Amino acid sequence: MSYDSNWEVVIGLEIHCQLATKSKIFSGSSTAYGAEPNTQANAVDLALPGVLPVFNKEALRLAVKFGLAVDAEIGLRSVFDRKNYFYPDSPKAYQITQMDHPIVGKGHMDIELENGETKRIGITRAHLEEDAGKSMHGTYHGMTGIDLNRAGTPLIEIVSEPDMSSAKEAVAYMKKIHSLVRYIEISDGNMQEGSFRCDANVSVRPKGQKEFGTRTELKNINSFRFVEKAINIEIERQIDLIEDGGKVIQETRLYDADKNETRSMRSKEEANDYRYFPDPDLLPVVIDEAYVEQVRSELPELPEQKKQRYMSEYDLSAYDAGVITASRELADYYETVAAKAGDAKLAANWVTGELAAKLNREEVEITEAKVPAEAFAGLLLRIKDDTISGKIAKDVFEAMWNGEGSADEVIESKGLKQISDSSAIEAMVDEVIVNNPSQFAELKGGKDKMMGFFVGQVMKASGGKANPGQVNAIMRKRLEE
Amino acid sequence: MSSRYHEKTIAELSAMLHAGEVSSVELTQYFLDRIKSRDGELNSFITVTEEQALAAAKAADERIKNGEAGPLTGVPIAHKDIFCTDGVRTSCGSKMLDNFISPYDATVVTKMKQAGVVMLGKTNMDEFAMGSSNETSFYGAVKNPWNTQTVPGGSSGGSAAAVAARLAPAATGTDTGGSIRQPASMCGITGIKPTYGRISRFGMIAFASSLDQAGPMAQSAEDCAMLLNAMAGFDERDSTCLDNEVPDYTAELEKPLAGLRIGLPKEYFGEGLSPAVEQVIRDALDEYKKLGAELIDIELPNSGLSVPVYYVVAPAECSANLSRFDGVRYGYRCADPVDLMDMYTRSRGEGFGAEVKRRIMVGTYALSSGYYDAYYLKSQQLRHKISDDFKEAFEKVDVIMGPTAPDVAFKIGEKSDDPIAMYLSDIYTIAVNLAGLPGMSVPAGFVNGLPVGLQITGNYFKESQLLNVAHQYQKNTNWHRAIPEDFA
Repeated sequence: MSYDSNWEVVIGLEIHCQLATKSKIFSGSSTAYGAEPNTQANAVDLALPGVLPVFNKEALRLAVKFGLAVDAEIGLRSVFDRKNYFYPDSPKAYQITQMDHPIVGKGHMDIELENGETKRIGITRAHLEEDAGKSMHGTYHGMTGIDLNRAGTPLIEIVSEPDMSSAKEAVAYMKKIHSLVRYIEISDGNMQEGSFRCDANVSVRPKGQKEFGTRTELKNINSFRFVEKAINIEIERQIDLIEDGGKVIQETRLYDADKNETRSMRSKEEANDYRYFPDPDLLPVVIDEAYVEQVRSELPELPEQKKQRYMSEYDLSAYDAGVITASRELADYYETVAAKAGDAKLAANWVTGELAAKLNREEVEITEAKVPAEAFAGLLLRIKDDTISGKIAKDVFEAMWNGEGSADEVIESKGLKQISDSSAIEAMVDEVIVNNPSQFAELKGGKDKMMGFFVGQVMKASGGKANPGQVNAIMRKRLEE
Repeated sequence: MSSRYHEKTIAELSAMLHAGEVSSVELTQYFLDRIKSRDGELNSFITVTEEQALAAAKAADERIKNGEAGPLTGVPIAHKDIFCTDGVRTSCGSKMLDNFISPYDATVVTKMKQAGVVMLGKTNMDEFAMGSSNETSFYGAVKNPWNTQTVPGGSSGGSAAAVAARLAPAATGTDTGGSIRQPASMCGITGIKPTYGRISRFGMIAFASSLDQAGPMAQSAEDCAMLLNAMAGFDERDSTCLDNEVPDYTAELEKPLAGLRIGLPKEYFGEGLSPAVEQVIRDALDEYKKLGAELIDIELPNSGLSVPVYYVVAPAECSANLSRFDGVRYGYRCADPVDLMDMYTRSRGEGFGAEVKRRIMVGTYALSSGYYDAYYLKSQQLRHKISDDFKEAFEKVDVIMGPTAPDVAFKIGEKSDDPIAMYLSDIYTIAVNLAGLPGMSVPAGFVNGLPVGLQITGNYFKESQLLNVAHQYQKNTNWHRAIPEDFA
């Protein structure tokens, strides 16, 4: 960002994360995504007269799991409230949520800054609530259609402290939370399908000022890229506005990705009075320590714990361990490769190197990698036993990705097996020396950098297959002769 | 063999059905005919389900023939139009739901069906159960069969009038602030509102969720016990429904009352109570003394707060409960809305009646930011105090008695323009809902030809005791067998 350093930015995020329950939070309807409109909306979801909500205990378990994973206080007595507002995709015209007594209290999440430091972001609370349906504008003879399939899908809203001071930090935090909810398997985290989305509260203040500036709320941003862009463009707008003598007004703004701008949705004055009050249809949710401990025992190894283990057990650098543990799938992949290849360091180098680069280029997730972990380990084994060089291995990997078979099959069919037969290499070395007498004389005369020339020529003559170590050794021998 | 089936209680009709003295089809047709010929004067039904009733009666007769019948199999009754009934209009007395055909049955309706009960139709009621006179119904006022110039009480006024005129042997009702007991009192029938949570609220259109409770309205305590047996019980679809054992409510009916401690709150016999009504109640209490009960003066010092507390809590809850009636998915939608806001405001403005709107506005105000603490929160605190009064009282007495209402039925239109006077007709019943206790109204005599009800309130889950106390009285009196002359 290019805004000048006289300004300080304050950002807090509200992340809405759908919980991966099979049925809805207050009804028995399926939560599966993508069904025909309103085929997963029963009488309760439609808010027919007389229906009542019944709390899905699985949603409670998943929310508690989240709380424990961010080291938060767990609300042993949480209360559902009604948040009243009229909107066609809100069938009861109130949302069941938690106001004063959320299931998850204060917790925190650490993020890594670009300078390598760690920053702790406070989590104010996380509460259970139901998702709304969807309005489909203009789809039915110019009228608005309402799809209530999503209505009642369980959410946790994770509210952070205003602890982030740049769009980058906000994205780092959001990514961390995203990775965590997938790690602990409480959400599929699918951002395209809206399982994981975020509102950002953004304000600026002159450097050194204690009071917060007036904040705006950016609504419903559903990709990491848009979060960064939306926040940056909003910071720019606020600073420009103030520097031009204007004032930021407290309002809700919508990010338009096509135009890369934010625009006003409603101001504070127009904001609803939600008239929260405890939902008399639902009893307070009371849990005990034994329940909390039971859920705690179901927690998998968390990213941070995994990272520390990789550093101590596998001797990985903090950076490599951080990259690998950023997603549970990548960590699982890595651990399989490391175990099968029997070399954790080599596995880390290749997973964070060649594999990560490939995923990046192809823009795919680790779960969509064309080379499964077992096959990838097979490739590393061939490096380890000197069948191929690291350089050749990159070509083999490429071929494997393109579906040309296992490492062994590719090496076999393309004849890439490394030449380690010293008599064959000696013959190649001698031929190169014979063909380049003047260069050899220079080398003998002490021009050491000619060594590279000869090794290169031999490698070239072998089609890259000669064992480079052996080529070097034989050249040295010839020099001494 | 008598064919005057309308003079029979459910207990008697049940015996006749099982003895083969009458078929359910005959009984059902008999009451359908009575409704057809006599309800024009009362307006107690919104919908009569003749076809379904006769089909259900036929099925019930099969069950009886096959020896698969329970005590209620084949007995016809009516449901208050607040209970959702699959395939049948469920209007809740409102224009808003005039076109609403429910696609499902309320749990109470399902349970009645399972017991083999035949539904005759849906009874009239105050709109969304908001009223004490049955004058707020979109379908017009219901008339009291004892004097058609007067109201039947409300909100279950249709059920009360239909049972009093013997157009149905019994009916279901709901009671949020007295809506079973007050009309039962004014129409001279027996009604019980059980402990909050005893009967599932699923499918019962919500007015005030923390107060609403269904219950039977019938000719006798014994009939109420039989009906309650079918209605009560846990329902996993209602989180506020209690999961404890349901006793056989007929089991304790014959227990002698010797030693029964009856509490008389001085607040229920003070200012505002009609002296003639008080005399009827005193006579009833004398009867209990004869049966061996002991009368003990008690105090419910916070009972004066009941009406104001109720008129914050109930409207607050209703303001949210009735938000779903927005014209979007079902129910009334205004003609040619120009935009969303227009659709909301006109659909609700045209679909709801004045009393419903008044309560939605009161409730919305009470929950508003800046007023919540002073009204809603304060009311919840006072509600605890009201409950505590009862808790203390029940350490000294077994049941509490007093008048159900301060006076007999008033003239139609008399209180329509004075909501406060109307609200005060529930002054003795409301505290019982706020505390969640079971309460009954039992016919105890007449003033100027209009019935007077005795209210009996018990401790939590003491429905068996209430029914026993009422039944013993009814064994020694005949008030509950009286039928309005015009409908005899």
